[in-house]
Amino acid sequence: MSEEFKVEIVNPEKSFLVKDDVSEVVVPAFEGEMGILKDHISIISFLKPGIIKILSKSGDENYYVEDGIVEFKNNNLSILTSTIFNLADMDKSKQQDLLKQAEEEANKTDINDQSKYLADQKVEVLKTLN
Amino acid sequence: MASLDDLKKRIASVKSTQKITKAMKMVAAAKLRRAQESAEKGRPYSEKMNNVILNLSNGISDKENAPKLLSGTGQEKTHLCVVMTSDRGLCGGFNSNIIKKAKSYFGKILDEGKELKIITVGSKGNDQLKRVYGDKIIENISFKESKNANYFDADKVGKMVIEKFEAEEFDVCTIFYNQFKNVITQIPQAQQIIPLNNEGEEKGSEESYEFEPDEDEILSNLLPKNISTQIFKAMLENSASEQGSRMSAMDNATRNAGEMVDKLTIEYNRSRQAAITKELIEIISGAESL
Repeated sequence: MSEEFKVEIVNPEKSFLVKDDVSEVVVPAFEGEMGILKDHISIISFLKPGIIKILSKSGDENYYVEDGIVEFKNNNLSILTSTIFNLADMDKSKQQDLLKQAEEEANKTDINDQSKYLADQKVEVLKTLN
Repeated sequence: MASLDDLKKRIASVKSTQKITKAMKMVAAAKLRRAQESAEKGRPYSEKMNNVILNLSNGISDKENAPKLLSGTGQEKTHLCVVMTSDRGLCGGFNSNIIKKAKSYFGKILDEGKELKIITVGSKGNDQLKRVYGDKIIENISFKESKNANYFDADKVGKMVIEKFEAEEFDVCTIFYNQFKNVITQIPQAQQIIPLNNEGEEKGSEESYEFEPDEDEILSNLLPKNISTQIFKAMLENSASEQGSRMSAMDNATRNAGEMVDKLTIEYNRSRQAAITKELIEIISGAESL
């Protein structure tokens, strides 16, 4: 029996990525990183800024996301996100831009704790990339 | 009867109008293809979003304490209507259809003695509504600068709606847009987004999910996103409808101009012949009298 399952990443504009030979996906869930293997229990969770790692036979891929929802059901993993970038396509200047934006947001004082936490996360993740 | 010169001028003017409408039709056709494509590509996201919310709201144990965006404020006193139209005209009945639908809804609400607030998206809707409902319009947004519907714009509208909801400025929110069916048919829609209208709730799967963190927290995170998603979906449908509507309107205009040119050409030829005949008669009768 194969140990592969299907993953689908959708953003509002289009279906971003569909892969059906995935062996493991690591998502930055809100309460910590979560690795998903085949036959995982059905789960719904949402994402914080971080890196999605997709491990498959045809090679590993890394994506940077800022938010989103994951749903896993019947060996189908759907990830809905509004902001996603493939790390392989992302150059330094783009990363710097995002980092600058995130830092600006994190330094705002008039935001609530949750957005502050998310902005801090963004900064942290982006810094590790650089 | 108009002189030959006048007729000639009119034919030339109708012909140049026809050229413009023809060009507009072509442009609309090209844009329509793109808009339709992005509308189709955008569907999976909103469908999946809906599915997840359905599953979540089925799984929620404590309906009483459900987030207000889902269950409503418990009253229906103030209605907020988001009327989405285009920024440009010359697109047939596209804008009028939305406005008509919206106006009949407004009338119903005001008749029931409820309060009405309007947000217009797109300048054409604002133009048509401000005469009658000018005092009810609280916000007017237009995205003239952005070429295509994009999520960023939709998110702006969504955030504004949520802000107003949290400030308890309204109880029920409805969006008005044209749903794209095909090039000749666009259906004006009124869709209630707050509180979420769960029609066909039974469709949700019975499988139980594990939630992390718990349902309430996910829901309160998800629902605002869903508002933006629904608005984005409406924007995509709207832009496809606008182009479709413009295309068929311009097609009609081009055909009408063609008919008009034919008619004018016949009239021109007739008067030309009449003038020649008249001249001949004059010459012949002049020769006869000699």
